[in-house]
Amino acid sequence: MSHTHLELTQVGIDFPTPKGPFCALQNVNLNIAKGEFVSLIGHSGCGKSTVLNIVAGLYQATTGGVLLNGREVDEPGPERAVVFQNHSLLPWLSTYQNVELAVKQVFKGKKSRAEMREWIEYNLELVHMTHAMDKRPDEISGGMKQRVGIARALAMEPQVLLMDEPFGALDALTRAHLQDSLMEIQSDLKNTVIMITHDVDEAVLLSDRIVMMTNGPAATIGEILEVKLPRPRNRIALADDAEYNHYRHQVLSFLYEKQRKVEDISQRRSAEKPQATVEATQHQQEEPVQQKVRAQA
Amino acid sequence: MSTALLYLNKLYLSKLNLAKWTPTQWRLLAQQLFFPMLGLALFLTFWHLGAQQINTSLGTFPGPVEVSQQWSNLVDEHRQETQRKHEFYERQEQRNADLLAKNPDAELRWRDYSGRPTFFDQILTSLWTVLSGFALATLIAIPLGILIGLSANVYRAVNPLIQVFKPVSPLAWLPLVTLVVSAVYVSSDPMFSRSFLVSMITVTLCSLWPTLINTSVGVSSISKDLQNVSKVLRLGWFTHVRTIVIPSAIPMMFTGLRLSLGIAWMVLIAAEMLAQNPGLGKFVWDEFQNGSSDSLGRICVAVVVIGLIGFLLDRTMLLLQSWINWDKSAVVR
Repeated sequence: MSHTHLELTQVGIDFPTPKGPFCALQNVNLNIAKGEFVSLIGHSGCGKSTVLNIVAGLYQATTGGVLLNGREVDEPGPERAVVFQNHSLLPWLSTYQNVELAVKQVFKGKKSRAEMREWIEYNLELVHMTHAMDKRPDEISGGMKQRVGIARALAMEPQVLLMDEPFGALDALTRAHLQDSLMEIQSDLKNTVIMITHDVDEAVLLSDRIVMMTNGPAATIGEILEVKLPRPRNRIALADDAEYNHYRHQVLSFLYEKQRKVEDISQRRSAEKPQATVEATQHQQEEPVQQKVRAQA
Repeated sequence: MSTALLYLNKLYLSKLNLAKWTPTQWRLLAQQLFFPMLGLALFLTFWHLGAQQINTSLGTFPGPVEVSQQWSNLVDEHRQETQRKHEFYERQEQRNADLLAKNPDAELRWRDYSGRPTFFDQILTSLWTVLSGFALATLIAIPLGILIGLSANVYRAVNPLIQVFKPVSPLAWLPLVTLVVSAVYVSSDPMFSRSFLVSMITVTLCSLWPTLINTSVGVSSISKDLQNVSKVLRLGWFTHVRTIVIPSAIPMMFTGLRLSLGIAWMVLIAAEMLAQNPGLGKFVWDEFQNGSSDSLGRICVAVVVIGLIGFLLDRTMLLLQSWINWDKSAVVR
């Protein structure tokens, strides 16, 4: 975990608009070690997905660049597999065939037919989906589709696994279930993962580091929080854990105090007394932590 | 009517045992049968009453009764003609056998039977022509549609042409096609008759547009996510088209194909009338020129048959669609 595996240097991107370039992202610097699990968290529209798409190679950075193992990323490829938010399985293929499409593409000429079959089944087994191998995506639930999406990405044997809000469209129970599955897989495979999330609990539970992003336009990394909770992590045990809650609090305070997404009404109010608001947020930020710790003690 | 048939089909397939039918099922059956029958009965009554009021130069306009008589006349004619054809070939066979018996080196002459094509021969010719024209249109429209859908620049280049040629009536194409075919297709031993080619090409020119447009729309509206999947997997161009593009565009393609086949069938009748290609269109035209007291009745038979065949063609297309389309939940009607 010492040397840099994935390196983002001064990454910025401008999108052309009729009114001139719109700077969505700037000065993003991030080094990720092999086997590290990093979450990107921030409000909607802050450019989290843009960062992920740049690493995936689906967008080209306007400034700066991405290095993977010392080589520049300039196009999409299976060594940076993506798990999309809405599963993106091909609806006309069965679960097995969806994974097969990826495996055939990546291991063409490297694995025999039988080896490919075994590898596909192994990956479906990882996400506990072997029972639905011959089902089409519209015949299985949302959670199952997402599992297959993860299996497809894992089957590419990626150097970096990119997950774009993988559990965002799922209900809370299914989400918890899949998070547990993901932690289990992660403890086996030790993949390098970048995951985008909206969910503070998810970020703290799964990550080694949480990258918190400021609001756009011209969004960048605000703070990076290292989560030093020992693994394996258990959500029930952690629910009462002071350290866990401390991390959770730090993310929450970043999102809802420092990077508060100002709504129309509150915007008008804060415009009257901007100075006071800033002071108040800074003040609030420290106090609840102390209270929490005391309560635990 | 069609939905009724589908529904009945489903009922029969699911519950063959009539004794176990619930009152609801009987009521549904009555609804599905009664209203279509009612509509048909009303139509026949109005036709019957209305027809008597119209006096044409060829006599009173035929009502349902006269038309059904003409139908059986046409069936009889076909039977007689088939009989005659059969006898002709038997006689020829016999004659040649006799000749061979007298002299083993005799020069034998085999002639094709050259009787007048009957109504049913005309139907077959029409079907053959329309399917050839439609097949040619499909072969052009689907690959071109895929190219247009994949590239915005190809679309920009081709779209004005499509918009201009799409609304052109078959009657405007026909003289051009006739002249071009007779100029270009010169062969001492032609594989196809010229009139067939003229009708077929006219059908193609008029019917390829819906398939072309729908295919290109289907291709250009592939979900962004699936395109990203393709990029991440680094699928080659052909694999991308085969595994992502064509399957996602299939539902739209079929919408286009069905529209195209409908248009092809309508255009064919007009083309056959003018190109004098044997077929239903020529049948109608000949009867119109013939002007006997039976002509109107025979034309009415042709109208009904044309309609029924058009309906059957559409159903066949639907069947094909439900067979090929991966989206079995798609509403097919």
